[in-house]
Amino acid sequence: MSDLLRIDGLSKSFSVSAGLFARPLRLRALEDISFTVKQGETLGIVGESGCGKSTLGRCILQLLSPDQGQVLWLGQDITRLPAEEMRRRRRDLQIIFQDPLASLNPRLTVGEIISDPLRTLMPELKAADRRAKGLRIMEAVGLLPEMINRYPHEVSGGQAQRIRIAQALITEPKPLVCDKPASAPAVSVQAQILNLLADLKDEFGLTLIFISHNLSVVRHVSDRILVLYLGRIVELADGDDLYQDPKHPYTRALLTAVPIADPKRARQRNIDALQGEIPSPINPPSGCTFRTRCRHAIEVCAQQRPPLETLKSGRLVACHRWRELELRAADSA
Amino acid sequence: MDKVLAVEQLDVTFALHKSEVKAVSGLDFSLSAGETLAVVGESGSGKSQAFLAIMGLLAKNGRATGRAMLDGVNLIGMPPAALDRYRGRDIAMIFQDPMTSLNPSLRVRTQLSEVLVRHQGFAKDKAERAAVEMLERVGIPEPAKRANAFPHELSGGMRQRVMIAMALLCRPKILIADEPTTALDVTVQAQMLELFKSLTNDFGTALVLITHDLGVVAGVADRMMVMYGGRAIEKRGTDELFYDPRHPYTLGLLHSTPHVETRAKRLDPIQGLPPSLEHLPPGCSFNPRCAFRFERCVKERPPLIGIEGSEGRAKACWYDGALSYGKVA
Repeated sequence: MSDLLRIDGLSKSFSVSAGLFARPLRLRALEDISFTVKQGETLGIVGESGCGKSTLGRCILQLLSPDQGQVLWLGQDITRLPAEEMRRRRRDLQIIFQDPLASLNPRLTVGEIISDPLRTLMPELKAADRRAKGLRIMEAVGLLPEMINRYPHEVSGGQAQRIRIAQALITEPKPLVCDKPASAPAVSVQAQILNLLADLKDEFGLTLIFISHNLSVVRHVSDRILVLYLGRIVELADGDDLYQDPKHPYTRALLTAVPIADPKRARQRNIDALQGEIPSPINPPSGCTFRTRCRHAIEVCAQQRPPLETLKSGRLVACHRWRELELRAADSA
Repeated sequence: MDKVLAVEQLDVTFALHKSEVKAVSGLDFSLSAGETLAVVGESGSGKSQAFLAIMGLLAKNGRATGRAMLDGVNLIGMPPAALDRYRGRDIAMIFQDPMTSLNPSLRVRTQLSEVLVRHQGFAKDKAERAAVEMLERVGIPEPAKRANAFPHELSGGMRQRVMIAMALLCRPKILIADEPTTALDVTVQAQMLELFKSLTNDFGTALVLITHDLGVVAGVADRMMVMYGGRAIEKRGTDELFYDPRHPYTLGLLHSTPHVETRAKRLDPIQGLPPSLEHLPPGCSFNPRCAFRFERCVKERPPLIGIEGSEGRAKACWYDGALSYGKVA
């Protein structure tokens, strides 16, 4: 598979007010992020709150401009595109958000909402073509044609998410970024949306970037998984490899903390409970940012930032001690 | 074991503009000392309203009838002043968002010690010492220092711990936790569930965990009650419910949850949406979404009946055959 996106040395920081007369603080949301997204794959991005996963999604789509680094879309750096050219590129870069109802214009009908992107992004299409395309995509996402004249307040949460997905897909984007798209309170609706995304991926050959804090959901949808901690990549690997053989202590801890829907195994399980909570990204720990919660931290972890190593399998890991830790795990087994 | 709470025929009704909607119908359950009961359901299942009714915390247009017996007294219909003798002392409730329960303008020390001064008649300095001890017990590092903080100065996990500490100060017999870990990160959620386990062990508190996520409670709950459309539809021991679900809705919930260990191509979700309480379908409320329904399900509502005659195991479903989606499990 060829690369659709190459993210290279991406950094983004925000300025945070520290009070009326104080100098604003820098919040480093992303630091030196590099990875690739292959055509047709689903890349999961996972991490706890404040890890930068949503910022990363927005930087990839140029909804936020990164401070440093490049986002290469089929070899072209889209961080430096002139505004007009970027507008044309938009049809390829789409995102869906967590709260679908908040991103639907309450004054437009479902049909208008879904075909709206075509008016600006594909102005060459006639009204009849837009309508036909809209109906086709509605069918694909499981919306009945009679919904075309309804308004957002008349639809349920699950339908709202389907409308949003249809709207995002109508310009046939590559990639589609899904930022926590299935965090609905109804478990059955969440499962329906996940199945829908899987079907659409097959039907349209989508490339998905799937952002979530829910490791079970990410695991379910993703071919490869990127783990972020405090704005840095700690690990990137195939879903199976990551689950069966996590290399980074944070990934391991994250996996053991995921609830298991199996009472006997859940009771027996030894949770590799992390101490404390994520430090503030305004004042992150020196060296490896995970060291303050890591059982394996030694002196070097506080002094040097671990480099992001590329393993033979193409896997990425950033830990000073991953080799020894792996040996130790093998010894004790 | 001692029953600390017995709820019988609990109904909760809300008056709307021109009509009424029944959020909870005919709920029966009991709680024994020290046990953990998980109440599972999707939004609108009535799981939260049932417990708000028991705590006397329903919205103004809500009305509860039935019995919730605690120490031989019925909490339902009790005037607020009388309820205050039990609330906070014998039965406490915590919520998903700690900021709704913590006073943003009071230091942690002040709001915690106030509970003991008011309910137990402690002197102020003794109450403050007890508050700091409880903060330490719920795993707050440097508790004496953190006691001086305002709620907004603490992280989400810390606030949740403060709220749990506050709820446990009077050593209540019953702690009701409504989605206590939903807003937390997964590593903090794991810490919280461990904390709940050790606290119920140490204090003998009966714990009610209200949740929409079966996976979260699998390792913690002794018994489960699944709710749908305002009614309990299955009540079982945790292992029985997970390994041998008897209600199609429970089966559907189990199949809707993605697992982190295996990557299935597709989930088997329940079709359709949870019903609106204003327009519950006739017969069994679940029937329009049920893969096993037959004629009777549309006509008659199934009562909650015992399974194999034994107490505490029950389901509300007419279908008696084997439950599976035609696949070998």
